[in-house]
Amino acid sequence: VGSPAFLSLQRERRCLGVCDGGQMQTVTLIPGDGIGPEISTAVMKIFEAAKAPIRWEERNVTAIKGPGGRWMIPPDAKESMDRSKIGLKGPLKTPIAAGHPSMNLLLRKTFDLYANVRPCVSIEGYKTPYTDVNLVTIRENTEGEYSGIEHVIVDGVVQSIKLITENASRRIAEYAFEYARNNQRSSVTAVHKANIMRMSDGLFLRKCREVAENYKDVKFTEMYLDTVCLNMVQDPTQFDVLVMPNLYGDILSDLCAGLIGGLGVTPSGNIGANGVAIFESVHGTAPDIAGLDLANPTALLLSAVMMLRHMGLHDYGNKIQTACFDTIRDKKVLTKDLGGNSKCSEFTADICRRVQDLD
Amino acid sequence: AQDLQLQLHYCPPPAKYGGRHTVTLIPGDGIGPELLNHVREVFRFSCVPVDFEVVHVNSALETEEDINNAITAIRRNGVALKGNIETKHTMPPSVKSRNNLLRTSLDLYANVMHCQSLPGVQTRHQNIDIMIIRENTEGEYSSLEHENVPGVVESLKIITRNNSLRIAEYAFRLAREKGRRRVTAVHKANIMKLGDGLFLQCCREVASGYPDITFDSMIVDNTTMQLVSKPQQFDVMVMPNLYGNVVSNVCAGLVGGPGLVPGANYGRDYAVFETATRNTGKSIADKNIANPTAMLLAGCMMLDHLKLHDHASSIRNAIFTTMNENRLHTADIGGQGTTSEVVQSVMRIIQSKGQLTAEF
Repeated sequence: VGSPAFLSLQRERRCLGVCDGGQMQTVTLIPGDGIGPEISTAVMKIFEAAKAPIRWEERNVTAIKGPGGRWMIPPDAKESMDRSKIGLKGPLKTPIAAGHPSMNLLLRKTFDLYANVRPCVSIEGYKTPYTDVNLVTIRENTEGEYSGIEHVIVDGVVQSIKLITENASRRIAEYAFEYARNNQRSSVTAVHKANIMRMSDGLFLRKCREVAENYKDVKFTEMYLDTVCLNMVQDPTQFDVLVMPNLYGDILSDLCAGLIGGLGVTPSGNIGANGVAIFESVHGTAPDIAGLDLANPTALLLSAVMMLRHMGLHDYGNKIQTACFDTIRDKKVLTKDLGGNSKCSEFTADICRRVQDLD
Repeated sequence: AQDLQLQLHYCPPPAKYGGRHTVTLIPGDGIGPELLNHVREVFRFSCVPVDFEVVHVNSALETEEDINNAITAIRRNGVALKGNIETKHTMPPSVKSRNNLLRTSLDLYANVMHCQSLPGVQTRHQNIDIMIIRENTEGEYSSLEHENVPGVVESLKIITRNNSLRIAEYAFRLAREKGRRRVTAVHKANIMKLGDGLFLQCCREVASGYPDITFDSMIVDNTTMQLVSKPQQFDVMVMPNLYGNVVSNVCAGLVGGPGLVPGANYGRDYAVFETATRNTGKSIADKNIANPTAMLLAGCMMLDHLKLHDHASSIRNAIFTTMNENRLHTADIGGQGTTSEVVQSVMRIIQSKGQLTAEF
């Protein structure tokens, strides 16, 4: 399933983008909740200024109960995604005790989004104690510790089950190596705790080793989770592409986001089976500043840049990213979370101006 | 709560004869043997009244005879100092981690690590002072795995009310004893609602008995993000096993690396001391470049546990004074000094303070 079909589709898309210079491509846009709508508007404005060949199809995802009582996303949203194959999503609020699972989880299950990819690159102009960070975390997103299977064995004893399967491990390892090859990354490191979880992480590691055999041009190493954490905070430049099961991926991807400045500036992409890919900002909905024109659209914008690159539209992606980084480096119209006191619209307008100037 | 009553009215371990303590020493693999030799060297030089009973554990053997001997020795002596025992991946999965076996057999339920910024060491963040208390026996480290269907492996994470209450009690007691203001529980209860939910609930219950200490909680991924941007906000942290592994390694990295931080594993009846991040360090073994600080400080923690406070302070002060000399920094903290240079310096400083020492 996934692998060969997805790769040929990716090549097809790349060709479409590069050869067919003016053809509009449809992207399903899910603005989300809270600050979602305003940052989505900002991204659309910037894309318009860059004259990117993207046609946005806005859809909402709220959980609805389908036939048979199962929760699902609205059929028009699913239909749009299945057609366009590419999505851009803002933050969705996770309701507590609403009776239905989180929307992010529903999306993941609906489109079998098995890989979560987060490139973490230090943003010149946004100073953190860490400079020169340039790594990518690839996290298995369907199983592992987040299988959601828990039982109370007896009163006071709880068992949570971590599931590792051969198929999912192989699939994520293949994606990681393909990504490394397609993006000119030199090494892939498998992160695990196979000294303690001998069978489960052992299986994951074995699959990574097997897949590595087919990608001799990419260097493969393995490292314990704790050693990665230890080394990451001392010298993040030693890491390139990291592949790992679900929980370690969750922790490490957020750790790396912290190195470059937090969730407000970190892009993220979710790759699914059948060629579907949904790019998203991973910060929260920030209800306290929603609608006040104070939000920072950088995370969603960089995710949209990731999306453009995925679609083969590298020139547009680079142009928009350069404009964004230049605005941040210039420090004149930064939003509050970046240390300034400008409005979201002012920040966006500055990027639009730079994008047009770059033409 | 019962165990802690005993711990408050603590009696030193029984293996004390003629005023001298007997402590089990497990050299382990990699840099363990050489670092522990240095500890013995410094102790002998300072006339510390401790005799070491050395027990070797061969990580290449599949039988558990070696580790069982070590466990018996620790039961006998009550206290141990150990290097890390390697877990070879070439062995079948039924061969469990020897270090883990030791911790669970002796019920060393609390792993305690104190991460402090050292003035002589250059790091990106300053003024870090975090105590990490990690549940050491259950959670993800239960070693319960099975493959019911070929290609599908299940690994069980066990959280129990008893152990969660126990570790929370330990954390709050320690916080109060050391005059700390805040305890933060680290968890992932939004995803693992039952397991981590139980842990969090137990922490809250214990917190209610300590109104003088602020209690809050934080999700583990946010915790790591906060640690790399603003580590100064943390005081005492308590958490289940795996998150403890991640957080303790992040904190060790923040204050300067695995060569600097000592760790302790406490149970009701036994205590085992080692380096906090439990590295084998195979690639730097036997090259005289490993940093002896962590292991020496672990030795000092052990001396404090044995109520030999004067010796502990004297050696510890000598180590910190040595740390201030950039020339004596080992490679892991950016210098070019050798292990033996650091150890010689420590001994020289101890001698200069005028205490009784053996021949140099």
